[in-house]
Amino acid sequence: MVGMVVISHSAKIASGVIDLVKQMAPNIPIFPAGGTSDGRIGTEMDLIMGAMEQADQGDGVVLLVDLGSAVMSAQLAMEMLPDIQPVAIANGPLVEGAVVGGVEAEIGGSFDKVLGAVEEASQMVKVRD
Amino acid sequence: MDGQVFKKLLEEIAEKIKENRQFLTDLDQVIGDGDHGINMDRGFSKVLEKIPSMPDDVSMCMKQTGMTLVSTVGGAAGPLYGTAFMKAGDAIKGKEEVGVGEAILMMDAAIQGVMKLGKATTGEKTMLDSLVPAYEALKECLEAGKEAKVCFVEAVEAAEAGVEYTKTIIATKGRASYLGERSIGHQDPGATSSLVILTVIRDFLA
Repeated sequence: MVGMVVISHSAKIASGVIDLVKQMAPNIPIFPAGGTSDGRIGTEMDLIMGAMEQADQGDGVVLLVDLGSAVMSAQLAMEMLPDIQPVAIANGPLVEGAVVGGVEAEIGGSFDKVLGAVEEASQMVKVRD
Repeated sequence: MDGQVFKKLLEEIAEKIKENRQFLTDLDQVIGDGDHGINMDRGFSKVLEKIPSMPDDVSMCMKQTGMTLVSTVGGAAGPLYGTAFMKAGDAIKGKEEVGVGEAILMMDAAIQGVMKLGKATTGEKTMLDSLVPAYEALKECLEAGKEAKVCFVEAVEAAEAGVEYTKTIIATKGRASYLGERSIGHQDPGATSSLVILTVIRDFLA
């Protein structure tokens, strides 16, 4: 199964997003990397690496990020763990992307399918007239 | 400069960052998320703890400093300064003595690393706006055959001008970019922390 890591500056956001995903995708390997190891707001490469290792079942890992340093910390984590393949930072929204990507992973979708689902979520229409 | 002397310099950088903790945080509160000083101090305090156990080798010290910053800073400064130190360390691998030629190599590698990771260039209200002019001034000065300590004085002057310049431009990178034009008039915290580090090097050589 494709793994997912939810990277946020806030530990509560990361774990909250996972609670939401687990409602629809209870079996996927999805792990949080939120906040810093001393409980502050921020992102930390080491936490991301730990979550990536947990999420990796050999079918690839999709990383979801919130703002700024989350992207850079994730890039460094990817460089430090070259054996986890395929891997990518998804260019999609954190909450919506995690849910649709999680469902895709749950039904056995490939890495490309899961990544595509997360990225497509940026086109999600919320309100129609 | 050998590894032992370099460790003294690293200590002084860590101490100066601590002294500027509140100043950098105040700057960041205006146009960012208000944690730059706290984050930098947290990272460099960890570096300070580790200095005694680091090998007396400039390249290795730089690399371990970079890794420590990446692992402990928490904000964007972690990956960026971490990369800067690691790349600088890589650039002088195996050299026992570090002189002006190596300083140029280190700074060039650090800047390239920051540009690549941050997908940034000068004029975007970032640390590059003090580092790049400092690097250029340093290089020009050394090529003109002047002494290292004179050249670091000129590099710091260029970095100071760079920090002043960040007041006049809009941030397009990082949290400050959400503010758009409201970021004008305020100096960039990252450019300022880079200036702090360069100032320590200048004073150390003086």
